[in-house]
Amino acid sequence: MTQRHANRVWLAANAFLATLRRDLVVTRRELAQFLLQALIQPMFFLFIFCKVLPSIGLAAGNFASLLLPGIVGLTELMAAIQGVALPLVLDLGYAREIDDRLLAPMPIWLVAAEKVLFAAMRGVIAGSIIFPAAWWTLGSRYSVRGDRIPELIGMIVLAAFAGSGIGLLIGTMVKPEHISLMFSLILTPLLFTGCTYYPWSALHNIRWFQVLTLFNPLTYAAEGLRYAMVPTMRGYVMPTLPVPWVLLALVLTIVLCFAFGVRTFRNRVVS
Amino acid sequence: MAENPPAIEVRDLLKRYAKANFNAVDGVTFSVHQGEIFGLLGPNGAGKTTTIGVLITSVLPTSGSASIMGFDVAADPISIKQRIAVVPQMSNLDRSLRVREILTFHAAYHGVPHREREQRADALLNELGLGERKNDRVNRYSGGMSQRLMIARALMHSPDVLFLDEPTNNLDPQSRLFLWERIRVLNAQGLTIFLTTHDMNEADQLCGRIAIMDKGRILVDDSATELKKLIPGGNAVELRVRLSDSSNGTGVLEALRALPGVTKADELDAGAPDPDGELGVVLYRLYAEATPALVGPATQAVLLAGAQVRDLHVMQPSLEDVFIYLTGRHLR
Repeated sequence: MTQRHANRVWLAANAFLATLRRDLVVTRRELAQFLLQALIQPMFFLFIFCKVLPSIGLAAGNFASLLLPGIVGLTELMAAIQGVALPLVLDLGYAREIDDRLLAPMPIWLVAAEKVLFAAMRGVIAGSIIFPAAWWTLGSRYSVRGDRIPELIGMIVLAAFAGSGIGLLIGTMVKPEHISLMFSLILTPLLFTGCTYYPWSALHNIRWFQVLTLFNPLTYAAEGLRYAMVPTMRGYVMPTLPVPWVLLALVLTIVLCFAFGVRTFRNRVVS
Repeated sequence: MAENPPAIEVRDLLKRYAKANFNAVDGVTFSVHQGEIFGLLGPNGAGKTTTIGVLITSVLPTSGSASIMGFDVAADPISIKQRIAVVPQMSNLDRSLRVREILTFHAAYHGVPHREREQRADALLNELGLGERKNDRVNRYSGGMSQRLMIARALMHSPDVLFLDEPTNNLDPQSRLFLWERIRVLNAQGLTIFLTTHDMNEADQLCGRIAIMDKGRILVDDSATELKKLIPGGNAVELRVRLSDSSNGTGVLEALRALPGVTKADELDAGAPDPDGELGVVLYRLYAEATPALVGPATQAVLLAGAQVRDLHVMQPSLEDVFIYLTGRHLR
């Protein structure tokens, strides 16, 4: 009989870190692909909505400063969701490549937690690279306030974890044959009801829609980022959803998605 | 020193999946000693994969218990995972990694130190004949190579028990022989091996002990030799006899039937030409409890009846025959 390591915490931590390292190695190999995928859509959004439309008189020039936080939030959330949901759907559906890690000496929930952490890291990177890209695309229209950097970092991290939590839930619930349905039924509504392209306060004329957007975690991410990013313009402070509510909603999303996601994950891998 | 626990111990194991109206595993008890090659033989759907699933912690038992090296599978899955390795039916190799990385990362998940896992990966790749293709992507690998790679991966963390689920199911004959040979070598090095198969030849060739499983239950559990003894009068001697002008088939058959110990004698394929194209050759089959003792007297009886023995061999019943005897059905 081979001598075995008896310290479970060491074993589990070690397995967790090795799994994370595996994901980083794989991502580093396809880094260009990942960055391209993360950047293409937001760059076009920014170009059309903040350069083209204002130039032909169809949007106000300061729209850029409202849209940019929304785009950052959306990009992050989508990158994080897809970073965990897509691989999980395929893996649990038929590839079973994850078996290797499920047989590693760590609790099942930790395998899920690694997926979530890694996807959140992808989300943070995808969201962060929007800033230089936007600066380059928007030129003089780029305006982000510089006095709320800690808040900004906090919002970026929370939004990314909210996204990877949602991704865990989707990834463990959707069957491979329903992937395209997932895009149209889950991601599209998420995309358009998430206060990405409009600030929440401006919806007061369409009350039912304003209420509806409150059920979308992206709303809170976008509004939280607006709070941290939109500068005061000629003495006018852009109203956003109250920050405590934003924090509460994001934290709740993370906790609930993770708790339910781990449950569905366990049900999928242990029968 | 404390006495070695059994490698695998299963007691009254029962598994009923949610929404199923039958037990996939229906009260199974067996144990596997350390250093054994133990085979679970049965048709598809017999409950073999579920049994293995419980042992490798991917299926929770409905009732009963199972332990590996003294650790309970349900209560202490982490200790189990440290001590087992699994080679599944279908490839589950990590296709995002290169071949060698599949091994080194697997070892890293199990806490094998860096230098050790690098050395072990190279050694195992060479041993399994994959050394020259260690930087390939797995999707360039054939089925046989993937199988070997999964075995190399399984060995990276020095398990005590190796589980092989239908290991040669999708392999060509050459890969199958290679795999059997590897399994014997690993077992000789002290590894306990648990395999499932529906190939009775495989079970017969490899396993020290075989449990025959059908419809969620284990029907018998013994060595292949002992299992074959279950068939009453199951041993037989086959003789090919060249009849001469002075002999006739019925006379020879009567002479053989009269031998002491013979329970039954049949004339098979009467009148059919010999495989060599020779006419006048008849095949006889004698059933008896102790067949080797029949060889001499049978040859003599044929000679006395005025015919010649062309070929004689003692037939062994196959595990397939045992399965048919126990269930009344064919294995496949």
